[in-house]
This record gives sequence, C-alpha cells and structure tokens, in this order.
Amino acid sequence: MDITGSTTGQLLNAMQNGDVSAVEVTQTYLDEITAHGETVGAFLTVDSEGALAQAAEVDRKRSSGESLGKLAGLPVAVKDNICTKGLATTCASRMLENFVPPYDAHVTTQLQNADAVIIGKANLDEFAMGSSTENSALKVTRNPWNIAHTPGGSSGGSAAAVAARLAPLGIGSDTGGSIRQPASFCGVVGMKPTYGRVSRYGLVAFASSLDQIGPFATDVTGAALLLETLAGHDNRDSTSVDRPVPNYSATVDQPLEGLRVGVVSEFFGDGIDSDVDSSVRAAIDVYRSLGAEVSEVSLPHTKYAVATYYLIACSEASSNLARYDGVHYGRRADQFDNMIDMYAASRAEGFGAEVKRRIMLGVFALSEGYSDQYYLKALKVRRLIRNDFDAAFENVDVLAGPTCPTPAFRIGELVDDPLQMYLSDICTISANLVGIPGMSVPAGFSSNGLPIGLQLLAGPFEEEKLLRAARMFERETDWHTQRPTFS
Amino acid sequence: MLSPEDVQKVATLARLKLSDEELQQIGQQLDGILGYVAVLDEVDVSEIEPMAHVADVTNAFRDDEVRPSLPREESLSNAPKTDGKYFLVPQILENA
Repeated sequence: MDITGSTTGQLLNAMQNGDVSAVEVTQTYLDEITAHGETVGAFLTVDSEGALAQAAEVDRKRSSGESLGKLAGLPVAVKDNICTKGLATTCASRMLENFVPPYDAHVTTQLQNADAVIIGKANLDEFAMGSSTENSALKVTRNPWNIAHTPGGSSGGSAAAVAARLAPLGIGSDTGGSIRQPASFCGVVGMKPTYGRVSRYGLVAFASSLDQIGPFATDVTGAALLLETLAGHDNRDSTSVDRPVPNYSATVDQPLEGLRVGVVSEFFGDGIDSDVDSSVRAAIDVYRSLGAEVSEVSLPHTKYAVATYYLIACSEASSNLARYDGVHYGRRADQFDNMIDMYAASRAEGFGAEVKRRIMLGVFALSEGYSDQYYLKALKVRRLIRNDFDAAFENVDVLAGPTCPTPAFRIGELVDDPLQMYLSDICTISANLVGIPGMSVPAGFSSNGLPIGLQLLAGPFEEEKLLRAARMFERETDWHTQRPTFS
Repeated sequence: MLSPEDVQKVATLARLKLSDEELQQIGQQLDGILGYVAVLDEVDVSEIEPMAHVADVTNAFRDDEVRPSLPREESLSNAPKTDGKYFLVPQILENA
C-alpha cells in the first residue's frame, strides 16, 4: 500500500481493516522525514520514540477490541507554538529555545483523546510573526515544490510537512492568514475556523483577539475530520464558544443546493499575479458549472485591512510578549546591571528582529498621546470592515478569491522589506479582524510549477457550509492529488 | 518622523535593550510603517464604536472552586534561576 500517497480516510480504512498497523504507518512517515526532512526543514523536533509509542498503543487498543478515537493512528505535525507536555515548544525563538511545557494545550489533549499520533513539532516564524517562516530563529523551511522558495508562514512547517507527505495532517495557528497562506503556497488544504470555535488554551499568545488554531490536510475531508476533533468549548479559554460541534466529516460530501458564491472584487486588485488571477477565475467557473449562483461582491474597506491589522496585532503582541521577563521561564541574559536591565537585556537577546519590530510598533501605537490616533482608530476601522462582511453575507453563502496575490516568493525576496511582506497578507487578514472562518484549497499551479490556492470565506460558525462548498470544488478537480518532488 | 529620542523612549517602554544600529534601523522601519498606516486617516470614523473583539461572549464566569495546580517542581522547571523553592531575581531594594 502507498501509505504516504493515501488520504486520511484511506489510511483510517486501511488501519481499521488490518491492512496496515498504526506502527507501520508512523514508521513510514518517520522514514520519509529521515529521507526528506532536512531538505524541507519542516520540523524543529521529531518525536520518533513518542510517536511510535502512541502508534503501538493504538494497535494494542485495536487488537484488544477497545474503542478508538476518530484520528486513531494518524500522524500529526503540530506547530511549535502549541504546548505539548514534556516535548519542547520553542515558538522558533531563542527566547523559548529550552522551554518544555509542564502542561498540554487543549488541542493537544483533543488529539490525544482522538488517538492521533503527534509525530513532531513544526517550524514557524518566531512567535508566529511572519508570512514566510524566514523569521524562525532556529531553522530554514523550504517549499517542497521548489526549495528556493518559502513555504509561506507563519505555519510554514506544518504546511510543508503535509505537502511533502511527511505527515498526513498538520495543525497551525492563523492570526492574519498563517494557516491559509502557507496552505496556498504549499498546495494543501488549510482552514482557519471562526474565532472561538477552537480553544486557544496552550497556544502561545500572539494577538489574542485574532489568533485561532486550525487544521492542515491533503484534502477537504481530512481537514473536516481534524477540525471536528479540535473544535469545542473549553472553560480554560473564556473566548471559546459553547456551541455544539457539527459532525463535519459526515456531511462534507453533500453538495450545497443553490449555493451563492460572491467573488470579492478587491481581492483581484493591483499586484495580483496573472497565473493566480486565471487559476482562481477558473476555479470560480467550476462553481458556475455546478449550478452555483456567482456574483461580484465589494468589500470597500479592504484597502484599510492591512494597516488596521498591523496596528491591532502589534498592540496585542506588545502586551502579550511582556510576559517574557527572564524570570519564570525563557532566556535570561548573563550580563545586566539591575532588575530592569535584566528584563531589557534578556528580551533583546531572546527576540529576533521581526518580533522586536512588532513589539516596538505595538508599544508606540498604545503609548500616551498616540493611542487614539493609532490603536483606537484601528479598532473603529475594524468595525467598518466587519460591516462590509455582514452586508456581503446577506446575499451570498461564501466569498471567493485568491488566498494570496502571488505564488510562493523566493527565500530572501521580501525579508528586508517588512511592509511589502505585510502587504502579501491582503486577502487573508480581514477574516481574522472579522472573526469568520476561511480556508485555502489547491486550485492550480503557476507557469513555474508553484501551487495556487482558492480562498473561501463564510459567516461565523458556518464551517460546515464552508467545508461542503470546498469539497464541491475539490471533487471536480485533481489539484489536491498532485505531489511535489523536492527540487 | 520619529526622532532617535522617540525611538529610544519606545524601546525603554518595551523593555528592549537595543543597539544604536538597531534603534536606527527600527526607527526607519517604524517611520515607513507609520507612513503606510496613515491611510486610515482618510476613513471617517466619527460615528463608529471601536471593536476590540469579535466574540459575542462577555464575562465568562465559573465557580470559584479549589482545584489542583502545577506542583512547585514543575512550576519551577523552566525557570532561568531558582533555588528549588522560589524564582530567583536580582536584588531590587537597596540595603535590604
């Protein structure tokens, strides 16, 4: 059996039928990591021993007739800003290089309860701040489709791991597009759920009103299955919402009758790559051919989204990252004059350039005399952006457009131009400001062989509709079955 | 334009000990970013309420119950400096 060429559904079936054991599945992926892991650089930690023990436990439960969870025996790559008890969680930062969490994130526990196998911790931009994974202080991750290009970010390690078939499933976090954009760049399915759908307990905080954890998979069905495992109320995150979790994987194959698709004009603006433009328009034609009602929709405040986002995200980050004081955990400088100097020296040593830049912007935007002009202003524009989406969803079920204006950029291409890097998030950022679910689905390739993603967005808690709409497209196309060759 | 003093003040507030080179570079980059975010000046928000949060949950109350917390050893396991009982920090009060 071609294990790494199988979908999550095929793997689950094969393990259930006894065609292959969970240990064989995990060992196969571990062998792939050994063979290609360093080329791609997807993982910061590979937990071979722990993964094989978890897989053996699945095989033991199965043979003794015990009930098994929904992800029994499926390896998962977990972004390294999600706490795993006893397994290093570094946020790809020198600050947390030696941090070993004494507790599990809620989603880690959910994975364990579902009998998933945590195969390793995936690389990211430091503290999830970035769009290329180049801000990792610990490792370079390369795009499996072309190793001269970035995998996107910040969840670039998880996306690259799934794209390279080093794991069938991955978990990321999305603050401004950090799941959807790398999914698009790497040619896999990635989804950001509604704000509050998944508990953030144990996710190292970046921007608390925007952060949300979500799934990566090679197909929509795999993403649906993983989401229904992650989602649900948790009283340790007071913003996690107490609503029933639909059985997404049971309905994902049901097409939506009379689907109304809104094409967001502003997402096809200046700077869109012509291959992206034509691939995404072709994807929208697939919906037309399926009988969907397609219309143009305008979100007039889109041009303000990047500015609004960076003010809010950096303000929240500057507050969240104040906890790194060199006292309770994390790096402490060796040389300092006094207590205050110890904080400042430790933070200067521990944080990389992008994290410092964002803390500085956030502190400035919140500082006396400037907070009305910057932070408060951004919060008001945020409401106008939300109003645009509320109005759009009165007339359409899902919004469609590109996930990113371009295919994956080259490693080093934008690293010295932070503003240009920020602007690449233009199509994904609004969903975080507004709190709605969004996903990226493989929708073609550029002329030089890099993946292109179709982004779909839906109203709050409409994940079921979003997944079914995505699956309607996926079953008509074979983009998601293509695999990279690491060159 | 932010003056070098402005940038140093922000760095002090942020508790970041930056080199002169870093201060100059970050100052320039902040100028660029602030120049860009000035695009928000063209939006009329006079009648708009700020939106700090999208969730419609407000106060999430739970019962005030005694529950087990992390054992001391685990709480201290990541501390840069500890005597096994406490987090150790440099002396704060003079002549203490």
